[in-house]
Amino acid sequence: MSAPLVDISSVSHRFGQHTVLKNVSLKIEPGSYTILLGPSGSGKTTLLSILGGFVKPSEGKVLIRGEDCTAVPPAKRPTTTVFQDYALFPHMSVGSNVGFGLRMRGVDGATRAARAREALALVGLATAFDKKPHQLSGGQRQRVALARALVVEPAVLLLDEPLGALDLKLRRQMQDELKAIQKRVGTAFIHVTHDQEEAMALADHCVVMNDGRIEDEGSPERVYARPATRFSATFMGESTLISGTVTEAKSGKLTVTTKLGSLSVPGTLPAGSTVALAVRPEHLVLGAAGGAVALGTAKVSDVVFQGSFKRVLGTSAADPALHFIAKVPAVSAVQPGDVVAVSCDAGDIILLAD
Amino acid sequence: MRALIRTVSGLYALAIYGFIFLPVVVLVLFSLQATSFPIPPFTGPSLRWYEAVLADTRLTSALVNSLLVAVVSSAVAVTLGFLSAWGFARFALPGSGLMRGLITLPLTVSYLIIGMGLLVLFNWAGVPKSLLAAGIGHVVINLPLCFAIVYSQMGDHQINIERAARDLGAPEWKVLLLITVPVMAPAIFAGFFLSMTFSWDEFVISFLLTRFDTTLPVEIWNLLRSGLNPKTNAVGSLVFAVSIVLVVLFELMLLRRKPA
Repeated sequence: MSAPLVDISSVSHRFGQHTVLKNVSLKIEPGSYTILLGPSGSGKTTLLSILGGFVKPSEGKVLIRGEDCTAVPPAKRPTTTVFQDYALFPHMSVGSNVGFGLRMRGVDGATRAARAREALALVGLATAFDKKPHQLSGGQRQRVALARALVVEPAVLLLDEPLGALDLKLRRQMQDELKAIQKRVGTAFIHVTHDQEEAMALADHCVVMNDGRIEDEGSPERVYARPATRFSATFMGESTLISGTVTEAKSGKLTVTTKLGSLSVPGTLPAGSTVALAVRPEHLVLGAAGGAVALGTAKVSDVVFQGSFKRVLGTSAADPALHFIAKVPAVSAVQPGDVVAVSCDAGDIILLAD
Repeated sequence: MRALIRTVSGLYALAIYGFIFLPVVVLVLFSLQATSFPIPPFTGPSLRWYEAVLADTRLTSALVNSLLVAVVSSAVAVTLGFLSAWGFARFALPGSGLMRGLITLPLTVSYLIIGMGLLVLFNWAGVPKSLLAAGIGHVVINLPLCFAIVYSQMGDHQINIERAARDLGAPEWKVLLLITVPVMAPAIFAGFFLSMTFSWDEFVISFLLTRFDTTLPVEIWNLLRSGLNPKTNAVGSLVFAVSIVLVVLFELMLLRRKPA
């Protein structure tokens, strides 16, 4: 296995008294699409700024292509950034914007124009070369920013909530294009977002952050199916969380006592640990003909029609503090006020240590 | 009743504008007088007094001096003002609020005090009374103004634009020259033209700090000592015309700015 393209080791950062990153380590592979996912204040943007060189971490090291870049200014790093507000140069044409990085590298005018045109063609804006940024729509500006950052062939492209300012439809469309462009150029992309759908759609490698720490990282499929922590189970998609205590542990099997009764799950925690059991909405079964594990009954509080399915919210009869979130077929006749049996399959219960 | 209120407020507006502009109209009108005294009846129009002004080498050289002082002192004031605005806007400086207050403070000090202060200082430092000394005086009065104009237009949205330039490999001086200055150009030009306007008809400091070569307002004052004649009206009208052009340029610069 080759060395990682980017190696962040034990990075911490403080703004005054406030610690925004706590001992974060992360490796980025060449050619990968990494998503830093987290709520605002989770430190994801600070981590991106540290990668871009705009912020020098209080502690720790950043290696890019094996070189220590911790204190290297942005101008001298093999990274470029696509800013959330695009930060296009308003007084320059689109072509000059895209060619700016090459101009700073001393590339002559003719080569610069040719390469800027190529980069614009790559993002589907070949005709915009002579326009000014203010003549373009939000989505087009986004593409210009992307072309401007890619034309200098960075080792890593950093994207700071690049789709945040676009409306939903355009966002989904740009999302597909970003992925396609990344595959075509093969540059490693590191993309910050708080939109978990965006994360699942784009990431090869998904990094869930909360409160200055990495909660979970891995393929989005893995992070969704088997979240490592309670936070990632609730942030990356929704879950019903059932808290309980391990009362018996033997040969890789745990018995967890909850207010819904004793549940048996695979795991290796010591007896006495407090845990949470998470079940994804699509794995909860409502009604009598249910799964193998009974979870009591629920009083339905709300049914939201979502087109291809209905989202059902309910409260457990055994524990009023426990809220079920289930996804049922659109044709289901469940109504608010109904009392229904809830169950699931043993394999769909996710064990989360507290 | 309504019509009455309308008429009265119309008359009131007319009186106000008359009060403000009548002296200027009278000045310009009698600069076109054909006879030797700028008093009614009006005998023009004639351009003889404008010819007299342009034939007077003292007045024309004062006019050139005034332009020179205005252009150079304004360029210096706007450059220094821009740099200090950039520094205050982009870096966290100790005592930033106090320092910003200090830099704009000369706006509140009377030109007479500034002029006398500079006179004492230059005397002590051995700088002779000259156009240079007056120019420095104009930088002192206009720098705070340029600073305030440029600083007020330097928003946070430009921070990312500068960052993007750095990110793409621009050294700091290129960021300033290729990005910040062009983006701030409307405010910079506005500051420049307003400074020129103020320098152009500034009298007190120029009067105190120049001796042989002097600026146009001081020369006009010299002319007035020998009594009124239409020549003073003509030169005053010229000064006024130049001021108007400068103010219009200033407003164009500020208004032309597109909302970001």
